[in-house]
Amino acid sequence: MPNLSQLAPGTKGKIVKVEGRDAIHRRLLDMGVVRGTEFEVEKKAPLGDPIEIKIMGYHLSLRKYEAETIIVE
Amino acid sequence: MAKKLTIALAGNPNSGKTSIFNNLTGARQHVGNWPGVTVEKKEGKCKYNGYEIKVIDLPGTYSLTAYSIEEVVARDFVIKERPDVVVDIVDASNLQRNLYLTTQFKELGAKVVIALNMSDLAEKNRINIDVKKMSQLLGAMVVPTVGHKNKGMKELLDAVVKTAENKTGLEDHPIVYGKEVDPEVEKIQGIISKDSNLVIQYSPRWLAIKLLEDDREVIKVLEASPVWQDIRSAVTKSQNHIKGHIGDDAETLIADQRYGFIAGLTAEAVQKPELERLSVSDKIDKVITNRVLGLPIFLLFMYGLLKFTFSGSEFMVGWFESFFGWLGTAAAAVIPEGIFQSFIVDGIIGGVGGVLGFFPLVLFLFLGIAILEDSGYMARGVFVMDRIMHLFGLHGKSFLPLLIGMGCTVPALMASRTLESRKDRLITMLVNGFIICGAKVPIYALFIGAFFFKSGATVFFLFYIIGIAFAVLMAKLFRVFLLPGEAAPFVMELPPYRVPTIKGLLIHMWERGWMYLRKAGTVIVAVAIIIWLGFTFPQEPEYSKDYEAMTAQIEKTYALQVAPIAAGFGTGADKIEENKIFAKFAGVDSHFSASVEEGELEYAALEKEREVSFAKFKKPYPLQAGLYTQHKALTSAKDEQLAEIENAMAAEQMEKSYAGRVGHAIAPFFKPLGFDWRSSIALLAGFAAKEVVVATYGTLYSMGETDPEEVKPLREAIQKDPSWTPLRAFTFMIFCLLYIPCFVATVVFHKEAGSWKWTGFLILYTTALAWVVSFIVYQGGMALGLG
Repeated sequence: MPNLSQLAPGTKGKIVKVEGRDAIHRRLLDMGVVRGTEFEVEKKAPLGDPIEIKIMGYHLSLRKYEAETIIVE
Repeated sequence: MAKKLTIALAGNPNSGKTSIFNNLTGARQHVGNWPGVTVEKKEGKCKYNGYEIKVIDLPGTYSLTAYSIEEVVARDFVIKERPDVVVDIVDASNLQRNLYLTTQFKELGAKVVIALNMSDLAEKNRINIDVKKMSQLLGAMVVPTVGHKNKGMKELLDAVVKTAENKTGLEDHPIVYGKEVDPEVEKIQGIISKDSNLVIQYSPRWLAIKLLEDDREVIKVLEASPVWQDIRSAVTKSQNHIKGHIGDDAETLIADQRYGFIAGLTAEAVQKPELERLSVSDKIDKVITNRVLGLPIFLLFMYGLLKFTFSGSEFMVGWFESFFGWLGTAAAAVIPEGIFQSFIVDGIIGGVGGVLGFFPLVLFLFLGIAILEDSGYMARGVFVMDRIMHLFGLHGKSFLPLLIGMGCTVPALMASRTLESRKDRLITMLVNGFIICGAKVPIYALFIGAFFFKSGATVFFLFYIIGIAFAVLMAKLFRVFLLPGEAAPFVMELPPYRVPTIKGLLIHMWERGWMYLRKAGTVIVAVAIIIWLGFTFPQEPEYSKDYEAMTAQIEKTYALQVAPIAAGFGTGADKIEENKIFAKFAGVDSHFSASVEEGELEYAALEKEREVSFAKFKKPYPLQAGLYTQHKALTSAKDEQLAEIENAMAAEQMEKSYAGRVGHAIAPFFKPLGFDWRSSIALLAGFAAKEVVVATYGTLYSMGETDPEEVKPLREAIQKDPSWTPLRAFTFMIFCLLYIPCFVATVVFHKEAGSWKWTGFLILYTTALAWVVSFIVYQGGMALGLG
């Protein structure tokens, strides 16, 4: 299954799993990046990193290497 | 006596918490710090229905984990201070994520009232919320509010009082975590309950949940418990059990369940339109953080911010300057000349004026930043800049402190608080001084004007670039060698764009401005007094020349020369008439010098005008005119000689003052860099405040008082001084760029960094770096024959 960093802007999907067990993992959970949540990749920053997604009706930005820990479908 | 209540305001960042706090407490606010940490604590009071209510504003957080200081502060307050009610402010158009925090306050066992804020916006977006249903499901009162329009505050306070009095009539149900987690929570809860000390302070259920989540702060607390061994083995067993059965770790599962509870709640109580329209905010964002336009727009905004700060505050800076100038003159007129006058005028008024003269600039900068923050752009700036900052081991949020550093390092250091990780914060603060601040600009104006005039702007820009280059380079070095580790998570909300409210902007501006005044003001005044003392005493050193005798001699010669002129006066027809004629001549001259000062016309035109009117008077009184001209020439020659002696005396006094002696003592340290004792003193004074470097040179070069903005005579004196060469000037500017930030900035650094170790490091490394780089530049330049 792909991870979030591989998706192009405009793609919609669903969170399957957040890997890792550290501050980033915890923060992602707190921000609503949990199993089953739907999201849409909105855009990339001018320099390609970080990226912005829309999730739970709000906008969330995260770095590519953080997005790599998020498995999506 | 009024009954007392304490309530805590909690909520996500951008939920409109601040405006509700302001509505409730009005001007009765107190800003301080939470004990032991540099997180701002705001308190206020209000009265309602016979209650005196103390309102504590908790830091805005998304959750209550142990990963950030803010979250620990918020939950510790609820656990330890036990507020009567926690008012949880929830953004009605973003319920799901906002309620996540609510579930955690419920876990803590706090009595919660929910302010369903910005409910007007939710209504506009056709989000229908069944408030009653929501109350029942949460077991807590829910009150719709519109913070920025001051709506729903009475109802909110009403709910607070009802909740405090346990008269809500709502049934509280704990959040369930599913059949895998709940039994494990209960098991651990059971063991914890054996420790009666813990039960008094904490909700055992909350502790059990936090243990399953591996919360390091809770583990620290429980390690002291006599039943810790039992607890730990039970927790490990439970975690393994959950992992084995579900395949997910307990932490993830608990978060899933919290969101599951919220999903259930919103499914029942909230109706949303099927298709979401693209909001205005989204449309704006499509342009502003666009891949092509994003960076240019960012640069444009930053340019606008600096322009706004420096140009916008110009008129107010002018007011402050003239006010302090007037105050100094007025004080000098009232207080008899002498040491006390000097203390008041130069020491105190000069010192306070130095800080306050800068204050409008700082206020405008903070207003500009408040606009960027409140409108929602700041988060986008971070989004756009993160890639670049990350290259140098910094966080996207570091750009803001570095930017503010162009105005003043003091608020810049305070702005680095927005960085979550301590490492990021320290690195940002350690390199902030390399950005050329407003107070250093006169130094560059002076030396570039004296030695690099032809390519002035380029050289000036070059120094800005050198400063920024050192900042990012050192940041990278610190990240790699001193404070290794990844930057803090970037996962960050991009809040919707909003039109800021004037009240909110002013409050933001004033809060930071006041911090600057209080911290910087007190210290700068003290330092100004110390500098004044150092340069003023000893009052009467042993001078190398007998200046008094020289003065007396000049006066005597002058008296002898003027005497025959005075004698010549009586020859006219009438003494009184002659005096009147004299007064007319003098009138022409004083009118001339006043006009020159006001700069009404070109100097040449004024001189011509003077000569015409002088000739008009001269015609009928040729004798008197001749005497007048003679008298005038003698007087101005005498005045010039006297001023020369006075300035030479002041320079020698300064050289032999305590501060001057220190300058001489440390001069050998600077010798390899090509600096003489004068530069040593100027650099020493520059540690107190960079503004004084140029002024110190002014005195040392016998220029008398030197206004940093009017340095022409000083520039010429430095140009003429053979001990200065372009290479030395360049080296001096490099040293000024890199060496220790001013005293106030160092004090603020110490407060923010919170340890002597780091403050000592800052002082040593900046001085060492400045010395080494200057040494290389100077000696290298000499070797290349540039000296």
